[in-house]
Order: sequence, then C-alpha cells, then structure tokens
Amino acid sequence: MTQTAYSEAQLDGGDEVVVPVRHPWRWAATACVVAVAALVAYALVTNEAFKWDVVGRYVLSPEILTGLLTTLELTLAAMIIGLVLGTVIALMRLSANPLLVAVSWCYTWFFRSIPVLVQLIFWFNFGALYKTITLGVPLGPELLTANTNDLITPMSAALLGLGLSQAAYTGEVIRAGIVAVDDGQTRAAKALGMSGFLVFRRIVLPQAMRLIIPPVGNELISMIKNTSLVSVVALAELLYSAQLIYSRTYQTIPLLVVASLWYLMVVSLLSVGQHFLERHYGRGQAR
Amino acid sequence: MTEPAEYVVRARGLRKRFGRLEVLKGVDFDLEAGRVLCVIGPSGSGKSTLLSCVNHLEKLDGGRLWVDGRLVGYRARGGKLYELKEREVARNRRHIGMVFQHFNLFPHMTALGNVVEAPVHVKRTPKDAAVARGVELLDRVGLADKRDAYPAQLSGGQQQRVAIARALAMDPRLMLFDEPTSALDPELVGEVLAVMRDLAADGMSMVVVTHELGFAREVGDHLMFMDDGVVVEEGRPREVLAGPRHERTKAFLSKVL
Repeated sequence: MTQTAYSEAQLDGGDEVVVPVRHPWRWAATACVVAVAALVAYALVTNEAFKWDVVGRYVLSPEILTGLLTTLELTLAAMIIGLVLGTVIALMRLSANPLLVAVSWCYTWFFRSIPVLVQLIFWFNFGALYKTITLGVPLGPELLTANTNDLITPMSAALLGLGLSQAAYTGEVIRAGIVAVDDGQTRAAKALGMSGFLVFRRIVLPQAMRLIIPPVGNELISMIKNTSLVSVVALAELLYSAQLIYSRTYQTIPLLVVASLWYLMVVSLLSVGQHFLERHYGRGQAR
Repeated sequence: MTEPAEYVVRARGLRKRFGRLEVLKGVDFDLEAGRVLCVIGPSGSGKSTLLSCVNHLEKLDGGRLWVDGRLVGYRARGGKLYELKEREVARNRRHIGMVFQHFNLFPHMTALGNVVEAPVHVKRTPKDAAVARGVELLDRVGLADKRDAYPAQLSGGQQQRVAIARALAMDPRLMLFDEPTSALDPELVGEVLAVMRDLAADGMSMVVVTHELGFAREVGDHLMFMDDGVVVEEGRPREVLAGPRHERTKAFLSKVL
C-alpha cells in the first residue's frame, strides 16, 4: 500500500500560505545593470571633452537644422525611388517574360554587389565617363543634349547612388511579400471575375504589404543613416553640416553628438510610425 | 408538356494534363438549368480539375466546354478557335460562382467587405446598393450579425457560408462547389450543406464536387463517379449509390460508406 502525501483536511481545500519561487539572480542582474548605467551617465556628464554647452548651442542652429532638412528630403526621395523602382524590379522578376526576369536579376545582382559609397563617388564623377547626355531617337534626331556636369549635382548623384541601390533591396523584399500570398487568394479573386491588375491591387498587394512593411521600415531607418555617406560628395546633409562647423571650430566631438542626437530623434519617431503602419496592415490577423 | 431542356453547361471530350500526368482523359457531361450535378471519386481522380476548367481557372488541353451557350476561353470564328484575352475570360467568369475547399476568403477584409468586393470593383455597383445586397446575402446564409468580423474571427463553417454569400453577390447563373465541406470539423458540415440545400431548392444550377454522399443522394439530380480522369459511372444518385454496377464504383463506395 502506498503512503498518501496529503491529509483529509487538505483534500477539503487547505488554507496554507503559497510562497512563490524566489529569483535572486534577477535582482543581481538588475543591480549590475543599474551600476553600469550610473557609471556611463557619470562618464557622460563629467567628461569635459563632450562640451555639453557647445552641444546645446549648436543643436538648434540654422546650419544644423538645414542639414537635417536635407537629410530628411534625401531619405524620402531616395526611398520613393527605391519603392517605385523596387516594385517594377519585383514585378519584372515575377513576370512570364524570361528577358524581363533576367534583366531584373542582373539589376539586383549589380546594385547589391557594389558598395553604396563606391556608387556615390562613381555617380558624382559620371562626367568623366560621358561628357554629355543626349535624349533622342536612336540613329535619329537628338532632342535634348546636356552637359553631364550640369546634370550631376551632389543632390542628383546622391539620389542615384542611394535610390538605385535601395531599389535592388526593396525589390527583393516586395517580391518575397508577393510570393508569400497564398495562390488560393488569386484563384478566388479571378473566380469572382477580377482581372489581373485588380487582383494585384485589391487582393495580393494589401496582403503582401503586411509582410513588406516591417522590412521596408527597417530599410527606411537604414536609409536615414546611409544618407550620411553622401557627405563624401559634399552635399550639406546633417553629418556634412556638422563637419563644416567643426572644421572651423575644431569642436569635433560635440558636433558629432549634435548629429547623433538628431539621428536618434528621427529614427525614434519613425519607429513609432512603423508600429501604427504595421497595425493597419495587420488587420484581420488572428489576435 | 415539357419545355426543351436549357443547358447551363455542356462539356465534350474534356482533356487536361499537368506535365506528363493526364488528369482528364475525355470527359463529357451536361447540366440542365436549375439542376444539381454531384461529382464523387477518390482524390486525384480529376474531379477538382474538371471544376476549375468550367470557369477556365485551368486551361483545357482538349475538348470543348460551353457555359450558358458560350464557348469557355475561346471564340470560334472562321473554323478557328481564338484564345480569349484575360479581360474577356474575366468577364465571362462573373456569371460563374465558385466555392473552394479552403474557403479562400480575403483575410484583410471583413465578411461584408468580402461579399461587396467584386460587385463594387468588377460590376461597378454603387457602394450603397452593394452593401444593402451584401447584408441581405449574409442574412440569407445566417450571418447577418458577423458582417464586421474578419475571416480569422469566424469558424470554418461560418467562413464557408461567407464564401457562398461572396459568390452569390455576383448573381451567378451557375455555382461550382469544390469539396466545400472537406476542410470542416464534422459538427460544422451541416450548416454549410443546409445553405447549399436552400440554394438548390431556389433553382440554382450547381456542380458539386463532394464526399458527402448523403447530400448527393438527397439534393443531387445527377451523380458522376470519376476515377483516373474518366467518368466511370453516372446516373440518378439514389440508383448509383444503392446499386453501383462498376467494380471501381463499388470499391470506392465501400470505403466511403
């Protein structure tokens, strides 16, 4: 006969106090983190070299704000180029025409392989490759001719460098999103008499968006930071504006802190926006 | 006095292959207006493919198919068959409703959104009229209170009933059902069959691919047993189910019953 480990009184519902499991290591880890955070804060505040007063003086200066505006414009424009061209690249890759598939594949291969920094410098020096750019009918009359150096400004070089390579990445993201939509959705839509474009616009794309938005949000955040590469072609975006100031005043660290604070600020705001966008396109998903 | 039969579907010598696999090996059938044709058979027998050929979701490799007297997928002119453009195929599909095994509701739209989608964007029905009709159809399948629910919030049976309402919203002349209850939990099968039974009683022409022999016996006007891409046996459902003549039919029925 086995021994019972409970008494008759316990069967009727005991009234013992329940003692939860203790987690001493959680407290230890918390103490460590607090200590490190305090040390970092102390180092930030007490190190004179940060020159927080200089940071405060420049953070809202017109030069920096103009640079910030340029960074935002550049990000937005390059991202729009990336999205529009990326959609075209994705649709070409998914088309039934083998030539379009090949062209799309080559585009992605090429622009993903060459570092953005190299592309930027390349586009900026495009005039050395082609002196003039002509718009016209092949073997026919020329309609428009322009000097390459007039067309390639720091801004247009930046847009080409950032936008074209972004399209290669965005194209892959969009393609993956479209492919992931169940084929039954297309069949159901077609069975209702919807034609190809309508099926794509109303049924496939909205569902693909749910998968496309999070990575594109990440790409947008990367783009904000990648715009700082454009400083090499002397476009006065946020970083280059800060560099212009510290090349005069030699206050390198404080101005880099100013630029960093703005990058932090913009990326934080975008993360909030991304959250709401994901919620919008996630509607209808089981919660 | 009997009216001359009006055919909604006429099919002759239908052939279809996927790569080297021949799925349909010459299938003939007719469906008179207001009748229900049930198709049974083991999986892989070609019955779902047959259904997809009726609204040209699958392109035939041989044979001719007419829906409402109109050749499906082609235009005959001067002794030649011209393949229709995608837009024309889409227009002809409007009059053929289809219900899928896995419902295939649009997950990003509410029940009502699913139902009004095609009327608004394909037929260009004004939004108000489409919504009024959509609510009416949801009521007809017993789901008026679920109009704002997303598919993920509905049970399988409810989703399939929304899918039926969605197909009906285009005022089809013919309804195709592709194993509509096969993906459902047993206790939800009844509610979907009930809606289909009502539809048949209202005189809808239907082709139903199904494993529900009880439904086929009760509601079907004609039964086809398919195996390996051909129609092995057909006739009045009660007779085929009670006294199958072919060995293959007998073997199949003995496993299903």
